[in-house]
Amino acid sequence: MKAAPFEYIRPASVEEARAALGADPDSRVLAGGQTLVPMLAMRLSRPSVLVDVSRLADLRGIEESGERVVIRAATRQAEALRSDLVRREVPLLAAALPHVGHPPTRARGTVGGSVAHGDPSAEISLAATVLGATIHFLSDEGEEEFAPEDFFFGPTVTAAPMGGLLTHVAFPKRPKGRVGAGFREVASRRGDYAFASAGAQVVLDGDGSCTEARLGIGSVGDAPVAVDVSELAGGTLSQQDIQAAVAEALEGLDCVDDLHATATYRRRAAARLAEQALAEARDAALEEGAQ
Amino acid sequence: MRTSLRVNGRTREVEVEPRMTLLDALRDKCGLKGTHAGCEHGVCGACTVLVDGEAVRSCLMFAVQCDDMEITTVEGMAPEEGELGMIQDSFCETHGLQCGYCTPGMVIAARALLEKNDEPTDHDIREAISGNICRCTGYGQIVEAIRLAAKRLRESNVARSPEAAR
Amino acid sequence: MSEAGRRFISANRRVREDRRFVAGHGRFVADLEMPEMAHVALVAAQAPAARIVSIDGSEALAMPGVIAVIDGAELAGAVNPMMNGLDTPNVKRFPLAVGQNRYAGEWIAAVVAESRALAEDAAEKVRVETEPLGYVVDVEEALEPGATPVHPEHGSNLLLDRTFDWGPVEEDFAAAEDRLSLRVTWGRNSTVPIETFGVIAKWHAWEGVLDVWASIQMPKYADQIARALKIPGNAVRVHYDVDVGGSYGVKRGIKQTVLCGYLARKLGRPVRLIEDRLENMRAGDAHGPERIFDIEVAFDRDGTVRSMKMRALDNAGAYAGRAPFQLGKPIGAIVGPYRIGSVQYRAMSVTTNKTVQEAVRGFGQSPTNYAIETMMDRVAEHLGMDRIEIRRRNFIRKEEFPYEIPSGSKYDSGDYHTVVDKVLASADYEALVAERDRLRAEGLCAGIGIASCLEPSGGRSSFEPLLNEKNKTSTWMEGSRVNIDGLGDVTVAIHTTSSGQGHETLAATVVGEVLEIDPDRIRVVRPDSLGSLPGNSPVGSRMAIMLGGAAANAAKDVKRQMLAIAGQMLGVSAEQLRYESGTIHGPAGQSVSWDEVVDVAHRRFDDLPPGTQPGLTASFMQQVPGDARLPENGKGEMYPCYSFEFHLILMVFDPVLARPEIRRYVIGHDCGTVINPHIVKGMTLGGIAHGIGAALLEEFAYDAEGQLMTQSFLDYLMPSAHEVPEVEIVHHCTPSPLTEFGQKGSGESGYLGAPAAISGAIHDAVRPWGVHLDKLPIRMSTVSDAIAAAEEQGKGYR
Repeated sequence: MKAAPFEYIRPASVEEARAALGADPDSRVLAGGQTLVPMLAMRLSRPSVLVDVSRLADLRGIEESGERVVIRAATRQAEALRSDLVRREVPLLAAALPHVGHPPTRARGTVGGSVAHGDPSAEISLAATVLGATIHFLSDEGEEEFAPEDFFFGPTVTAAPMGGLLTHVAFPKRPKGRVGAGFREVASRRGDYAFASAGAQVVLDGDGSCTEARLGIGSVGDAPVAVDVSELAGGTLSQQDIQAAVAEALEGLDCVDDLHATATYRRRAAARLAEQALAEARDAALEEGAQ
Repeated sequence: MRTSLRVNGRTREVEVEPRMTLLDALRDKCGLKGTHAGCEHGVCGACTVLVDGEAVRSCLMFAVQCDDMEITTVEGMAPEEGELGMIQDSFCETHGLQCGYCTPGMVIAARALLEKNDEPTDHDIREAISGNICRCTGYGQIVEAIRLAAKRLRESNVARSPEAAR
Repeated sequence: MSEAGRRFISANRRVREDRRFVAGHGRFVADLEMPEMAHVALVAAQAPAARIVSIDGSEALAMPGVIAVIDGAELAGAVNPMMNGLDTPNVKRFPLAVGQNRYAGEWIAAVVAESRALAEDAAEKVRVETEPLGYVVDVEEALEPGATPVHPEHGSNLLLDRTFDWGPVEEDFAAAEDRLSLRVTWGRNSTVPIETFGVIAKWHAWEGVLDVWASIQMPKYADQIARALKIPGNAVRVHYDVDVGGSYGVKRGIKQTVLCGYLARKLGRPVRLIEDRLENMRAGDAHGPERIFDIEVAFDRDGTVRSMKMRALDNAGAYAGRAPFQLGKPIGAIVGPYRIGSVQYRAMSVTTNKTVQEAVRGFGQSPTNYAIETMMDRVAEHLGMDRIEIRRRNFIRKEEFPYEIPSGSKYDSGDYHTVVDKVLASADYEALVAERDRLRAEGLCAGIGIASCLEPSGGRSSFEPLLNEKNKTSTWMEGSRVNIDGLGDVTVAIHTTSSGQGHETLAATVVGEVLEIDPDRIRVVRPDSLGSLPGNSPVGSRMAIMLGGAAANAAKDVKRQMLAIAGQMLGVSAEQLRYESGTIHGPAGQSVSWDEVVDVAHRRFDDLPPGTQPGLTASFMQQVPGDARLPENGKGEMYPCYSFEFHLILMVFDPVLARPEIRRYVIGHDCGTVINPHIVKGMTLGGIAHGIGAALLEEFAYDAEGQLMTQSFLDYLMPSAHEVPEVEIVHHCTPSPLTEFGQKGSGESGYLGAPAAISGAIHDAVRPWGVHLDKLPIRMSTVSDAIAAAEEQGKGYR
């Protein structure tokens, strides 16, 4: 299981990387390689050139930028997991990251690589979808910005521009108020591609009344989707309210069938996980108020 | 391509095709056969090595990506020829292996964990080795070995790693 | 025999092999470097069955670094077909497909190049023209009249169809108060070692010897290679000092070795094939049994099981090989640990267009145990009886051993009731039941799983003559040699490769025990096959019994020689001497030291007793204990020793997500005298993990187009450290009366009962919904969907 031959380029700058990608339509970005390299090994992907961006300082790091937390594309998942800034300002992403792969894959795998690959079960993509993060590319057209719902089309099919380089993902900072996040997924082994996953974020006011609720579902269909649970606002997020809102929000959810999990299972599991994620988010928000 | 690999404290200049994985370069260019190929697609963890202190799968990196990185393989875990490091000795004490094929990856994963956390819970231990598949042991004696190594490391006043001792 | 007075056996001593492995200094086949070595990659068939019209390797051969391209026609012209276990001469099998391929992924051509990567590049350029043929993957469809035969020359897909009647089956059925029937299916999985199969073959033209280094666990491997390559047996030299990275049965490697052996001779260079994971999963020919059991059971209302009719229908895959014998071994424990008075057993092995089967841990015993234990649970459910009580009621009692079962095997010893009692006490069974009920009250699915079963060990392969009358095998011997050299140091020779079983530790321990010297001072070596005594490799849970017996008896022989020499030196008869820790004491306080005996033996022929050979060395060939007669009238002794295990599990899961969590796993284990506790513990825990995989996760699944859907580790799911719980082992020791130290086998322990216990726990958990899930692996979505469907029909808690 050896990759087909390719040329390797390690550009010194983002501009050089862009130029290399623009010059050859069969080139591919190599960042963490945790998804790409297995595909190369099985010869399912046969790029002519690999452009290694993993050492580009301009693509590394996590920082605040106004009301956003910017995670540069080649930032390791393990770095994001350790980041105090992420934990403080993007709690849903912080809750999602421990579910990404295993320690050795998080040590190399990047935040941008996970998003760019467009796997429907990617936890980071689900968090980005729920929170309305923006996905930023540099391409021939200059800087391009995508909302998740305009970016993730189908399994590993995205709106990424030809020859483009994902530079960063910008997550909105947590809203004001008591904020809680919950992330749940199920797979037959912990760390595997999930059969269903759910990410939720809620905001409570001082009385414990919900002012905002967000929910997204991943893994079940072609792409992660944000679903509407705004009707929870104004209530106290009781179990009954959550169940009712989830049932309504997930009506008509597209689910796929495969060897390991049926579509009917994924649909019910998504609902159960969504309820659990919302309850976890609620409890976290309540706890935040208590401190 | 000419690449400089710093492995177990020693730098080697090797000539590799870009497609050669770090795993193959360690084995075939550096003669370090302790790192094993299990699946070559990033699932089994038999090829785990430390790169800049983090456990990673050497089948998912190309050697050309690694120049100037600090790589540690299982061969770098023994303080002297014929003398075992504390983690290795703990694996022997609890018989945390059988056929020995996944063992180097397990020892490396344990090392990466214990460098950061010398009081791991059983969950921490299992998470640290969750990307390493063992078909012989059912993991029980591996978990015992890492527990024992953690205890010994906490109780000893020796340096954590052979590199640190140098 | 008792454990009293033993110094090293049963002591918690380290396993000597571990040192080299934790340092990364094992010696696996892929670690070996040879000058001029060439590398093989395979060209795989795409369709499940297709006629090979042409294979054109010219473009591949023209690539730089490519040495050779060969196809099945060339190979078949030069080598004999590989051996079949059954008498099925028209089911021919070669390392590369000849004329047509019979499963997707089957190797149809081999490319040899200067590196593996170049060989893979070239394999893509081999032009293969084929015409698709009909195919069948479902075993019952394969049996239908008019089904496409996988081997047209054989005439049908049936390899084996034998019905055995042991005891008065019809009478017992007529007399029984009740009966029921069930069908359970064991899915296709395997042991999937982390090291794939690998082999290096090197032809030494000036010596006329083929040197082979391979990751094998294969009885009579060298013989089969020689036979296939049409060279003398003493022209194949297998190097046993190769560490094997796991096997658990499957690493037989005949086709790979014949291919490389042929290429090595043709090319005059060492040729290496290290299967990559895709080659290994699709065409390493190492899948395990895939079996449908149809059972009818006759019982009384008090729970006494009187008789059983079992039909085992096995999907053997595309070729016969040794796999059909996996229907034979379970005959040795066909009634499990129960006093079932009569049995009808129909064994059917059927070819389909799937990957070929190989021996898997337990050789068919684990699937059979799953069927028997599910049957016991179903009878208990039918009668409203407690599942443990029904087992107790049917267990063979301690005083009944040796106990001959209807199919002719004699169980050597056991104390099943006591093991169960110890497990229930250790687990606090009542508290476990209370915990299950508490979890259920929380709205979770919670269940207790139970399995009791046997591990037949130390066999003589009697299923071969039983299923193939031309085969007269009645021994499955093992040899060992003990030398004391001129400096007085001890070396033991063992004659096999090992794949994690700790044979060096085993041999050193028993020889140290006999000679009363520290095993750490004993060297253990593995001569190559031409320098070896006959042996049969570590299969069938036999090495503690057979290698342990051989090494101990060789050591006893050496000790006897030492006593004779000392007697001569002291002028007394050997019977008057006392051997203690290497020193020999006479009746009057005089003594002779180890070194003095060694000096006489090695240098002073004059002082040796008359008729004694110089040097201190002894070889011993261990015959299988027990009854060596060939089976008669479909009946005979299969295995001499029977270990017992009792599994008790508490499992819990959410009824919607259905992700099973094993909260408690307790196993009672009785394998007689334990030689090394660390090793036995490891085997048991590893076997349970493997059983968890078989029950819940692992399957070589095919789609309707005959393609294997689970050919990488992304889809073939093996348990990780998160899926295998902490397991508690409760020990018991009922020594075997047949073996040197009372030891029995344990190499298959855990695996033999875990799938049954896990299936039982899931069934207990879904009992309120009245659901049966009778096919392994039991996937989460299957459980959840079944619960949801039952609830739609108004079943369940609500």
